[in-house]
Amino acid sequence: MKLLTGNDLPTGDVVWWTGDGWSRHLVDAVDVGANGEAIAAAEQGARRVNVPYVIDASATPDGPRPAHIKDRIRALGPTVRPDLTLKPADASAGNWVI
Amino acid sequence: MADPDQADIGGEPRLRFRDDEPHDEPAVTLDAFLADPGNAGAVRLEAGDDARLLGPHLDRLALVEVSFPSFRDGRGYSAARLLREAGYAGELRAAGDVLVDQIPLMRRCGFDSFAPEAEVDADALNRALDRYSLHYQAAADADAPVWRRRHG
Amino acid sequence: MYRYDEYDQAMVDARVDEFRDQVARRLSGRMTEDQFKPLRLMNGLYLQLHAYMLRVAVPYGTLSSRQTRMLAHVARRYDRGYGHFTTRQNIQYNWIKLEDAPDILAELATVEMHAIQTSGNCIRNISADQYAGAAADEVADPRPWAELIRQWSSFHPEFSYLPRKFKIAVIAAAEDRAAMRLHDIGLRLIVRNGELGAEVYAGGGMGRTPMIAPLIRDFVPAADLLSYLEAALRVYNRYGRRDNIYKARIKILVHEIGADAYRAQVEEEFLAVKALGIDPPAAELARITAMFAPPPFTTDLPDAIDLPDAIDRTDPDFAIWVDRNVAAHKQPGHSIVNVSLKPAGGIPGDASADQIDVLADLAERYGHDELRVTHAQNIVLPHVATRDLPAVWAALVKAGLAEANLDLVTDIIACPGLDYCSLANARSIPLAQKIQARFADPVRQRDLGELKLKISGCINACGHHHAGHIGILGVDRKGVENYQLLLGGSGAEDVSLGKITGPGFSEDGVVDAIERVTDRYVAVRQPGERFLDTYRRVGFETFKEAVYG
Repeated sequence: MKLLTGNDLPTGDVVWWTGDGWSRHLVDAVDVGANGEAIAAAEQGARRVNVPYVIDASATPDGPRPAHIKDRIRALGPTVRPDLTLKPADASAGNWVI
Repeated sequence: MADPDQADIGGEPRLRFRDDEPHDEPAVTLDAFLADPGNAGAVRLEAGDDARLLGPHLDRLALVEVSFPSFRDGRGYSAARLLREAGYAGELRAAGDVLVDQIPLMRRCGFDSFAPEAEVDADALNRALDRYSLHYQAAADADAPVWRRRHG
Repeated sequence: MYRYDEYDQAMVDARVDEFRDQVARRLSGRMTEDQFKPLRLMNGLYLQLHAYMLRVAVPYGTLSSRQTRMLAHVARRYDRGYGHFTTRQNIQYNWIKLEDAPDILAELATVEMHAIQTSGNCIRNISADQYAGAAADEVADPRPWAELIRQWSSFHPEFSYLPRKFKIAVIAAAEDRAAMRLHDIGLRLIVRNGELGAEVYAGGGMGRTPMIAPLIRDFVPAADLLSYLEAALRVYNRYGRRDNIYKARIKILVHEIGADAYRAQVEEEFLAVKALGIDPPAAELARITAMFAPPPFTTDLPDAIDLPDAIDRTDPDFAIWVDRNVAAHKQPGHSIVNVSLKPAGGIPGDASADQIDVLADLAERYGHDELRVTHAQNIVLPHVATRDLPAVWAALVKAGLAEANLDLVTDIIACPGLDYCSLANARSIPLAQKIQARFADPVRQRDLGELKLKISGCINACGHHHAGHIGILGVDRKGVENYQLLLGGSGAEDVSLGKITGPGFSEDGVVDAIERVTDRYVAVRQPGERFLDTYRRVGFETFKEAVYG
């Protein structure tokens, strides 16, 4: 699947395209298929996102899984500071990254 | 500094900082000029051209246009200073991918007119031109660097 | 240390105003990201893997307690409670919001701090020996020269859009504690015929193609320094490559045309520039130098107040810490304290806001109000009375800052790596932690002795892996993190570049490989040899065989 991601312009937060908006949570991301570039251009033009781009991912029972480890770390947070990730209560969240 | 006689009218950005009339002649390339200067009074330098080659000809030039193919390409800043250091007193124009925030730096290097490709935010330019009245280092402008203010 | 006058303050304030304007134009859409990016970079603001990252300048690594407290305040108020000290003596905050950045810079400006030119294709922070003003071996404090260069390079109109970044280091002793030879320009202050001047090296660097800077000029007097640097930068600005960012540093230019050709061009340009009169009068360097006068050291101290006799060795942990982390000071009765930011299981170079406040307090109370950041991502209290070492140590212990591992195998330089950096190919911090765990035994660490291990998470080499006695480069091998092992690098005056051993390893595999290297060292070393000395004596092949069998 193809996911569209970017950063929130004023805060810098990592965001994912949900189909009708931007979420900070990967699990909300939808498959944009071949429309990623078009959506990116529109959203960036309207300043609802900064530097959007498309990544590869696979669908899993737990939600989308980015194909590349860098994108998985970006989705979660630094593996060396679980307390600063999006899942601070889950000590094993970092295992998902590898 | 801003000349009240040349203040913006209707939000037009001020892009020329000379009192004389703009030189209305197509600029020839450096190679063409050096091969046969003829009556040409305007030369265009590409980013990689050696400005020093114009040294013997500066007195007869009214306009040197320096190309900025990308705003990241800073070679033109050195070209401008070299020309001013060699005594060039004609119009020195920065043309191409010139950003508003770069214009004050370019002025300090000796550029006195600008031909940016992109539209210029006149308000932002005015604020940028007025923002820094102090400079740490000497350049092609006449401002006294801070060390001269400190020690006279 | 340097104190701003009205001019310095006005310029930093104007810069804050400029950046506030630029951020407003970006947020309102009057500027695109492409237009904004070079401007935010010149104020140290990156868009990184998780958030904006702000790199605050610590000129030549020197901080007052007031400034240090501001760094803690920024961490608390605008970030997530910590900061990261870098291999260029700066500090980075990883969780900054763009909309807060102008306010952060405004707050920093109130304590004479900024983020000017900590990124971008311009002249970056001028680094210097972290023992400046305290070491007996320096001919002069290098920092006044670094400050002179800092001012000359700030907002330099001709050199704000160079082919690539430009890093300058200044040292003043035969011992190189700042990796000077691995900078774009390195200066070593020397005295010739009673006159203070500098050797000038140009064309060093790490990254994809590491190079050691050759000597370009054997003596530049203070009166010619800025003209000479102007000439050196002008030649680079004109001829540095613009077609390929991996070939754009000055090291490539010097390598391609040769040091002799580069020198000749600089000398020619220097003659022209010198005639312009851009060098400040001697009074300016004198003005700056006066601010770096030694602090009012206590002089009426009792006899036998110098290391090692002065300390009470009853507490073995204190004794070990002194032996490892404390260096001799040129002033009798005083010591240089190294604070390791590499605790076992911690994150190299990170400090919490609370820890940063502790360091500020120690500097103020025991350190003549001065702190240094080192390029090894540690902290130095350069001026501590030896009799105060027990109190300082006790405070460091309480704050988790008393790891006694300076220059040992667990004193690892590691870039933030893939956990934080969008340029990275592999994580570096978990690897550093695994290495620390493998070598956790402090007796073993001390037996291995000086062993400078450096990890970079990508080819950009921010972890200085080329200059590690043992270096590690993280790469991406078909989407899986992989680590190459290098041996024999050094960033000190015995400068050398590490050599890759062979095929790379998994994260656990490279830890095993490092242990095979250290085991081989222990097996073949002669008395008094550091790992690096043994490596140089017995040769690469012996260690390669140890690694791969």
